[in-house]
Amino acid sequence: MDMREIFTRLNRVFQEVFDDRSIRVTPQTTADDIEDWDSLEHITLISAVEREFRMKFKMGEISSMRDVGEMAQIIQERAKG
Amino acid sequence: MRELQYPFDPGEIIRKRKSLLKALKGDGSARIEKKIAVLGGSTTSDIVKTMELFLLDSGIAPVFYQSEYGQYFQDAMFPSEELLAFAPDIVFVHTTGRNITAWPQMTDSPQQVQEKLEGELAKFRAMWQSVEEKFHCPVIQNNFEKPFFRLLGSRDAWDYRGRVNFTARLNQAFGEYAQDHTGFYINDVDYLSADFGLRQWSDPAYWNMYKYAMCFEAIPAFAFSAANIVKSIFGRNKKALALDLDNTLWGGVVGDDGVDGIEIGQETGVSQSYYEFQSYLKQLKTTGILLTVCSKNDEENAIAGLNHPEGALRPEDFVVIKANWENKDRNIGETAAQLNILPESIVFADDNPAEREIVRAQLPGVIAPEMEGVENYIANIDRGGYFEVTTFSEDDLKRNEMYQANAMRAAQRASFGDYREYLLSLDMKAVIDDFVRVYLTRITQLTNKSNQFNLTTRRYTTEEMEQVFNGEEYIRLYGKLVDKFGDNGVVSVVIGKRDGRALDIELWLMSCRVLKRDMELAMLDRLVEKCRAVGIEVIRGHYYPTAKNSMVKGLYESFGFEKTGEEENGSTHWALKIQGYENKCSVIEIKGNEN
Repeated sequence: MDMREIFTRLNRVFQEVFDDRSIRVTPQTTADDIEDWDSLEHITLISAVEREFRMKFKMGEISSMRDVGEMAQIIQERAKG
Repeated sequence: MRELQYPFDPGEIIRKRKSLLKALKGDGSARIEKKIAVLGGSTTSDIVKTMELFLLDSGIAPVFYQSEYGQYFQDAMFPSEELLAFAPDIVFVHTTGRNITAWPQMTDSPQQVQEKLEGELAKFRAMWQSVEEKFHCPVIQNNFEKPFFRLLGSRDAWDYRGRVNFTARLNQAFGEYAQDHTGFYINDVDYLSADFGLRQWSDPAYWNMYKYAMCFEAIPAFAFSAANIVKSIFGRNKKALALDLDNTLWGGVVGDDGVDGIEIGQETGVSQSYYEFQSYLKQLKTTGILLTVCSKNDEENAIAGLNHPEGALRPEDFVVIKANWENKDRNIGETAAQLNILPESIVFADDNPAEREIVRAQLPGVIAPEMEGVENYIANIDRGGYFEVTTFSEDDLKRNEMYQANAMRAAQRASFGDYREYLLSLDMKAVIDDFVRVYLTRITQLTNKSNQFNLTTRRYTTEEMEQVFNGEEYIRLYGKLVDKFGDNGVVSVVIGKRDGRALDIELWLMSCRVLKRDMELAMLDRLVEKCRAVGIEVIRGHYYPTAKNSMVKGLYESFGFEKTGEEENGSTHWALKIQGYENKCSVIEIKGNEN
């Protein structure tokens, strides 16, 4: 899976979870950039991303991910395996 | 909303929650507001948000109070000012195995384990009693999911030190409490988690990271179950199941294949599956759900199919049989009219997706569950939550018989030219008197599900009804009607509150199954009699319009009340001076309670 595809699909997930069609995620996007992205919504987001890509994040990854770029990186690695 | 009906996709509900919420709130439908206090032993945020979707979808607009994290016990025992002011209509105690503190140890004696068990139970019982005393409202309590690990393997199930054994004993005791206390309901997490898959349900990552007692994708199933109990308590259950025949109750098309050609019975896997479905429906009927037929068939063929010797159902198991070539939405509309229920009280089961789609489109509110593959039929009806049983009265047990009797009454009526003569021929006898305890469940149930013949549409919880039952300021009447075709059970309720020499009618309702039998006149006669006995001179009635109760708009006028006021929203107020009142009902023999 190439990064373009991952970001297209991630963008759709973000838009639906936050119900905001104007969202455009980039590798640098963090929780600070999206108004509703708080710790409660974070779980929803992770769950929706896992479902979209049919994969699971490890516990350590969820707490250490700093931006959407790192999230996409993990998704890509998991897809290879 | 299709996304929220069984079998829903939990991933979709999680991902689209915000847009679903927006759509529900913007659909303009009328909803009753209910306040739900969720006392949690773990995180409740997404549970509440998901319950909100399911409740909005079934006509309830919930307002939630959530305890601070893990403060369920403190809130139940020593409610905060905020919770007291909130005055919940329902308290939901969201505890799980994560909240059990005194687990058995391998070194414990049976006596020590017993003490631990009683300690846990004492804590919960104290909470339930405290909630009952302080809030007088129904309580929903989770039971416990099975433990995530088993030190003793299978032995854990029976050894007194096993956690599996301990949990089962706690659940048993919770169930016993529910059996002895009305207004107390168990949310069966033990079943839900098994159904979902315990390994996934109890994934410890969600507890360790977010303090959720179940995995995130299990929340919709959990919230759905809790919402179904709330729906049922507030009278949002469905009442009837309309069934297609060909490829729904049997395999094949009876009109083409002939009675001998349809698949039902014990011969093949497919025919056994249809038999099991028929047998399930026969059991569903005993919980008070009305079964009807809605099939494109010649009636003769339909009846022949239902008389198949290998089938479990018989034509007489159905209160209405619509087997013709009319559109199904029309048949369902007529079925509803015949049973005096609303079309949206009917669930429609048909294997044909096109028929389901037409009915959904033509009759908004009628649910038509997915019916793909006969092996899935039972699960699709059973897990849909349409018929969740919270109270079960004598009436539920006999409901189908009552409707059968109605059909005979209709036949009799056709043979009389004069309506009064017909009514007299029914040989009606009513008991109309102050409430008696055995009928309180039924009376409360009626206040929550009567929509059409209901002047104020006031809903009562079990606890509120208890207060009415014990309150000296009330004049209460229930009416029970028997005729030569059968016992209709308790069919009418009037509650009036005294205000000096006047009586304010807070509630006047009647079951539509006894419409046009002059039962309402009998109730009025009796009410006047009761008022006279205590020196009341004026009866004041109120009509509050809803989308469903226009049939009683003119009731007080027909009773001879005078209009005393009218509001912009269509509410009207009425008064009747008792002096000079003469009894109006002459076709029912009226008695009081037996002593």
